[in-house]
Amino acid sequence: MTTTIESPRAPRTVRRGGVNWEKWGWIYMRVSGVVLVVLIFGHLFVNLMLGDGVKALDFAFVGGKLSNPFWQIWDTLLLWLALIHGANGMRTITNDYAHNRLVGVVLKGAILAATVVLLILGTLVIYTFDPCPAGSPADLLASFCTAG
Amino acid sequence: MPGISAETVPSPAPRGKYPLPRLTKPKAPAGTIYRGNVGMWSWVLHRITGVAIFFFLLVHILDTALVRVSPEAYNAVIGTYKNPIMGLGEVALVAAIGLHALNGLRIILVDFWAWGTKHQKLLQWIVVILWIILLIGFVPRHLMNVFSE
Repeated sequence: MTTTIESPRAPRTVRRGGVNWEKWGWIYMRVSGVVLVVLIFGHLFVNLMLGDGVKALDFAFVGGKLSNPFWQIWDTLLLWLALIHGANGMRTITNDYAHNRLVGVVLKGAILAATVVLLILGTLVIYTFDPCPAGSPADLLASFCTAG
Repeated sequence: MPGISAETVPSPAPRGKYPLPRLTKPKAPAGTIYRGNVGMWSWVLHRITGVAIFFFLLVHILDTALVRVSPEAYNAVIGTYKNPIMGLGEVALVAAIGLHALNGLRIILVDFWAWGTKHQKLLQWIVVILWIILLIGFVPRHLMNVFSE
C-alpha cells in the first residue's frame, strides 16, 4: 500500500465553527481515565483483596454493597465512565483499521448499540435491585434480610 | 562498508551568507522517530489491554445483571469466577488493567506537563516498576484465595 504524504502547504479544508467532538473525546479519555483509576482500583481492592477476595463474592455480597447508596453511586459512575471510555477507544481503533467504509459503519454501529443497551441495563439493575427478594432461601441473602 | 557507515550527502554549494547545512544519511534505517522504541510497545500494549478490558467489561455487566434475575442464577455464574483457571484469568485481567491505568497516567503526564514530555523514557520505566509492585501486592494474595479451600 502506498501512502501519499501531502505537501505541508497543500490547500486543505479548515474546520469552520461547530463543536470539535474529536477534541472533547480526547479530553474525555484523559479526565475519565484519571477518575477510573480511583474507581477501578477501589472496586478491585474491595472485591478481590479484602476478606476472602473472589471466594467471598456471591448474591449476599452484592446485596450488601448495592443496598448502600455510596456503592450505588460508585458503581453507576464506574459503569458510565468505563463503558463510554471503552467504547470511545474501540471507535478510535475501528477508525484506524477499518479501511472499508461499510465495515467501519457496521462496527461502530455495533459498538454504539452494545454501549447504549448495557448502560440502560446496568443502570436499571443498580436502581431496581432488591437485595432481599421474597421467597429466596435466607442462606443466599445478606444477613440484614432476616434480621429483626 | 556500504549500507552501514555514515555517508555524507553532498549539499549544494553555499549561497552567499547562508550556507545550507551538510546533511548526513542515518547509519541504519531508522524508520520513524516513533517506530520500534519503547514508546511503540507501550502504545501496542495500551491498545491490546484496552480491547481485552472492553470485552471483559461487556461480559461483567451482563453477569452482574443476573442479580436482577435470582440469587441462584447470580451465584451459579459468579461461582465460575472462583475456579483455578478463571483465577489465573483474573491475574491476567488485573495485570492488563494495571498496565492500562499506569500507562494512561503516563500519557496524561506526557501530554500536559513539559517535564513529563522531556523525561518520557524515565516515565516508561516508572510505569513498569509500579506495575510490578502492584502485581507483587495482588497476585500472591489472590492466588492464595483462589487455591485455598
